[in-house]
Formats: sequence, structure tokens, C-alpha cells
Amino acid sequence: MWNYSEKTKKYFFEPVNAGSLDDANGVGEVGSISCGDALKLFLKVDPATEIISDAKFQTFGCGSAIASSSALTEMIIGKSITDALTITNQDIADFLDGLPPEKMHCSVMGAEALRAAIANFRGEAWEDDDHEEGALICKCFGIDAGMIERAVRVNKLTTIEEVTNYTKAGGSCKTCHEAIEEVLDTVLKAMVAEGVIDTKPAPSCPVAPSAPVHKPMTNLQKIQLITTTIEELRPTLQRDGGDIELVDIDGDTVMVNLHGSCVGCQMSGITLSGVQERLMIALGKPVRVIPAKAA
Amino acid sequence: MTAASLSSPRAVYFDNNATTPCDSLVVAEMLPYFTEMFGNPSSIHSIGAGVAPSIQKARAQVQALLGAAHDTEIMFTSGGTESDSTAIYSALRSLPDRREIITSAVEHHAVLTLCEHLEKHEGYKVHVIGVDKSGCLDMKAYEDALSDKVALVSIMWANNETGTIFPIETLAQMAKPFGIIFHTDAVQAVGKVPMRLSNSAVDMLSLSGHKLHGPKGIGALYLKRGVKFRPLFRGGHQERGRRAGTENTPAIVGLGKAAELALSSMADENTRVRALRDRLEREVTARIPNAIITGDVSQRLPNTTTIAFEYVEGEAILLLLSRAGIAASSGSACTSGSLEPSHVMRAMGIPFTAAHGATRFSLSRDSTDADVDRVIEVMPGIIEKLRAMSPYWNTKTNAPASFEPAYS
Repeated sequence: MWNYSEKTKKYFFEPVNAGSLDDANGVGEVGSISCGDALKLFLKVDPATEIISDAKFQTFGCGSAIASSSALTEMIIGKSITDALTITNQDIADFLDGLPPEKMHCSVMGAEALRAAIANFRGEAWEDDDHEEGALICKCFGIDAGMIERAVRVNKLTTIEEVTNYTKAGGSCKTCHEAIEEVLDTVLKAMVAEGVIDTKPAPSCPVAPSAPVHKPMTNLQKIQLITTTIEELRPTLQRDGGDIELVDIDGDTVMVNLHGSCVGCQMSGITLSGVQERLMIALGKPVRVIPAKAA
Repeated sequence: MTAASLSSPRAVYFDNNATTPCDSLVVAEMLPYFTEMFGNPSSIHSIGAGVAPSIQKARAQVQALLGAAHDTEIMFTSGGTESDSTAIYSALRSLPDRREIITSAVEHHAVLTLCEHLEKHEGYKVHVIGVDKSGCLDMKAYEDALSDKVALVSIMWANNETGTIFPIETLAQMAKPFGIIFHTDAVQAVGKVPMRLSNSAVDMLSLSGHKLHGPKGIGALYLKRGVKFRPLFRGGHQERGRRAGTENTPAIVGLGKAAELALSSMADENTRVRALRDRLEREVTARIPNAIITGDVSQRLPNTTTIAFEYVEGEAILLLLSRAGIAASSGSACTSGSLEPSHVMRAMGIPFTAAHGATRFSLSRDSTDADVDRVIEVMPGIIEKLRAMSPYWNTKTNAPASFEPAYS
């Protein structure tokens, strides 16, 4: 099951301020039917000082929903409503020593209930609602489908990479990439249907791009490139008292001679394969490097 | 849930539909196959070849539990999910011209998610047959969906959440005239419901080892002789070329033993365990108002009850139960990691305020009267505690309160 912090467990098993407040002058009721959480927050506010003198809660919800409701009441009692309004969902989670990402998303209705209750105290209608909806897509960063959809719509994103850049979703363990692709696909199709964009772009490529394609080289270019690359390698070998000499090139076979301390060195095989790798990177195609004597 | 909390005094394990403890007799049977009997049954030498008869024995034990006509009709797999996937893909590849599938709204995700995928990405038409308030299948809708365009019916034998048993034989017989391949996910039913597949219209059936006191990671697919089959895994000749991959011998031997034990304790499951379950739900619902028993109570697995406690949330119930040393499970959204309450509860039209509080108690042959007493003892206090905190409940009147929050 969930890996709740000790503090979250404590506030769930022995919640403080649970129940209703008969003389409350600010009541906030919020809920999310799909998440199965609902919260009724009661505030007693001193009208002169606007200090919250008491708070109680009633919560229908999971362990962390109950714990975070209880934590909220403890955090706001004694605060002015102006100060209380600065409290965010993250502050409530921090107070509880963190919540699992799935729970951050859904069960922390506290901040909204608080705004609703303060609006009720002030006699205002409360409409603002930033409660996230939709399936949790990225568990590493707690990003849901709704947030991805908004980012895609507002910024006209078309690739997983862009979604990651804008929302962080899929940026860590990458296991949710199939799910992000599905959200992208659905949203882009909807945007085409709504006429917001013209055509749905081709699906993004989730695999690493293949190696860059090199233009075919002339023989002269190839020989020059091999010569320069080997020249660049010489100082390294010379430092160890060795040297390398280019003898001939036949198609994709490069023949070289090793000199000095390279001769008879047990590492010469490794040196040759190192040269071969450098040449392959430089030429962008496979080549074979062999000792000239063996050719 | 940690092992420590289960081994504390008076631990009650009522989550046997999730998984069962492996029977100690099963473990004893398995152990030699990790050490001296380690050979590959495909080998010629005696170290390997000596293992092959044990696999045959296990196959016969599973055959006996299912009442299958031939032992070659049993194919070992890695578990229920693999058996389901194998069956579904096999049927579709065997009948490539048929582009429709029939399933039910309350299937396990192993079937439902795959069918949704096939609909979305491979263009199959999927008929999802609904259920009524008590979880019974809409037989009219099923009948209407049958046609010679349908390749496969995949409908579970018994539901994992409510225990409701579907009329599998009737459904299979109805599909026959259309040449449809009939598959049933019987992961919850095998070992609890007597079966005689030799005399049945069922073509394929999935079962899982760890639901019947066997090891995890092993299951079987029953495949009626003569039914067209296309393997999911190709490679070696294991399982007569129908499921490539070196046999998981210890687990196969364990599944065989578990099947033998399940067969011999089936009577106990259907009498003593059933009576325990009945007493549990009778007492709990008598002591707690607004508690609804879900599913078809007349056609149910003997070990399962899901009680929806209105106006409280399931995860909170489970956490308090767990603290009291009781393991159960829930259809609540928060326990699954998804945000939706159980698709089974929603398919039955259970209101959200009840669906979120649905709590499943699934017993087994290990369950005792003392276990049931313990749940009856603690359950009322747990619900009372949570309802006292719930905005949907009025503690003074001990009745639902009017509460209509601004839903987002």
C-alpha cells in the first residue's frame, strides 16, 4: 500500500479538530466525485481582527485526505485570514513530511476548502478551482492528463519531448511515454476536429534518432580525413615512446605500422582498435585498421 | 502491509482473492526442484529427463481439478494474465476474418485492458456486456451481440470483487452455433466451483496458481482438444510447441500439488467457509446501518463478500482494519493508484458514496470462526469513527446528512 510518512499516519489515526463547529462563520465545501474525496471546513473568524480562532473539518476520503484536512486546521488556527490564504497544497504536504505523488494530485483539497470557507466568511461567491482532474500520467513528477492537455493546447505541442519540456511529465523514468503519446494523440485529434490546428502532425518518434547520414565522400576526401585523424593521434602515442605511420588505404581497409615502444607492446591490439574507432567516428562508416606487415 | 503486521497476534487474512498463502505442503513439494531436481526436462540425460514425469503428474493434477478430458489440454503459463492474453490473441489470429469480440463490463483488467487496446489500436469492435444492480449479466445484450462476425467471447467465470458467478455453460452453449471461440477467465472460480470441462462447451479457460494456495508466477490455460490455437510465445517445443520457454518446474510441480489440495478441500470451501462468510456479512450488516452487500447473493463464490459502507472511504477503512490486524481490500479509487472507483462497482451502478466504501472480505480454507469474530468486533467502531468525520453523515441522527459540495 502507500508509503505514508509517520506524521501522515499520526494525523490519520488520531486526527485533531475532526467534527463540526456549530458557531462557525465561514464554511467551505469542496469535493471531487471521481477521486472520492469531499471536505467540509468550518472556520470561526474574529470579525474585528480577522484572526481564525477555531477550525474543524469533516472529510470523506482516504487516509491522506483525512490527515491533510486535520493538518490544515492545525496550520491555520491563530493565523489571520490573509496569512492563511498563503498556504498552498505543497505547504500542507510539507507539514505532513510529504505525500505520495498520486495523493498530492487528488486528496489535498485543503487549500481549496480554505479559500471557499474564507469566501463564505466574506460573503463572496467562490468559484476559483484549480483542482486537478484526470488520470495521473507521470508518477515521478505527479503530472496528470489534465495538465498535459492544457500544456498541449496552449502551446500547440506535438511531441513527447515538448510535453516533457513544458510539464516535466515523462522526464525522469520515462515509463509513462506510451501514456503521454495517447494523451497527445487524443488532444491533437480533438484540436483538429475543433479546427484549432490544421492537421495532426505525424506521431512523434519515441526512439533515439538514428545516426546522422553522411554524404558520400570522394576518395581524396577520405584519404585526407584518415591522414589528419592519424596525425592527430601521433602525439598521444609519442608521449609513450611509440608512433604510428599510415602505409596504405585499400577500400575500407587502413594499413598502418606501429613504431617505437608500440612494437611488441601487449597493448598494440588495443591501440589499433582505438585508432579504428577514431577513424570510424571521423568517417561515419565502418573501416578496418590492420598492421601493414600482416596485409 | 508488512510481514511483521501479519505475523502479529490475531492477524486475520481476509484478502484471499488478491492472493493466498502458499500451502506448506505445496512448498515442500516444490523445494527439491530448486536443488537436486534442477534439470531441464527437455534434456536427454537422467538429470533432466527425471524431471519430466513430475510435470506430467502436475498436468494430471490440474486436469483432475478441471475435469478435463485429456491432460494435453492443460498448458502451463506464467499466470492468469498470460493465459488471458494467450487465449485472446490466439482466438483472433485463428479467426482473422472475424473482427468482433464480446466481453463483460466487470472483467479483470487482464481481459478488459487488452480488449480496449485491440479496439483502439487494431480496429476490433468490442461488445462490452453490462450488468445489473446485482452484478448479473445482461443476457439480452449478450444474445444480440452474438453473430458469425465474432471471433471470441471472453467472460469471467466468477467476479473477483463481488464473487458473482456467471452462467458460463449457458453462455458457451449460446456462442457455439456461431462458431465463436469461448474463453473464460476462471482465476477466482477454479478450486471453489466444481468443474467438468470434458462435458462443457468452454473452449479455453485461464487459471492462476497463487489464487489457490499455490506459488505466484504460474498458471495454466485449458485448451479444448481440436480448438484452433496460435501460440503467443514461439520458440522451443515446450508444452507441445504451444508455449515456448523452459518450464518453470518448481512452480509447475507446486501448482499440481495446489490443484490436488484444492480438489480435496472444495467441499470444505463450499460448506464451512461459506457459513463463515455468511455469518460475517449477516453480523456486520446487522450492526452497521447503511451497509450494502453487493453482487448476486444467490450465485456467488463461497468465500467472497463485498460490503459497501456508505459515506466512508475504503482506503481509510483498510488502514484502520490493518491497524487492528485485519487484511481486506477495497474497490475505492485511492487503493488502486487510479483515480476512479472500481469499474465493477460502477458497472453495477453503485452510487459513488457507496462504491468508494466498498470493502471486500475474501476468506479461504485457512479462515476460522475466531477470524470472523474479530472482524465483527472491530468493524462497527471503524465505520463509526469514520462516519463521525464524514460530511455525508450526521452523527446526532445516525443517518445520512445533506451535503452537496462544489464538485470539481
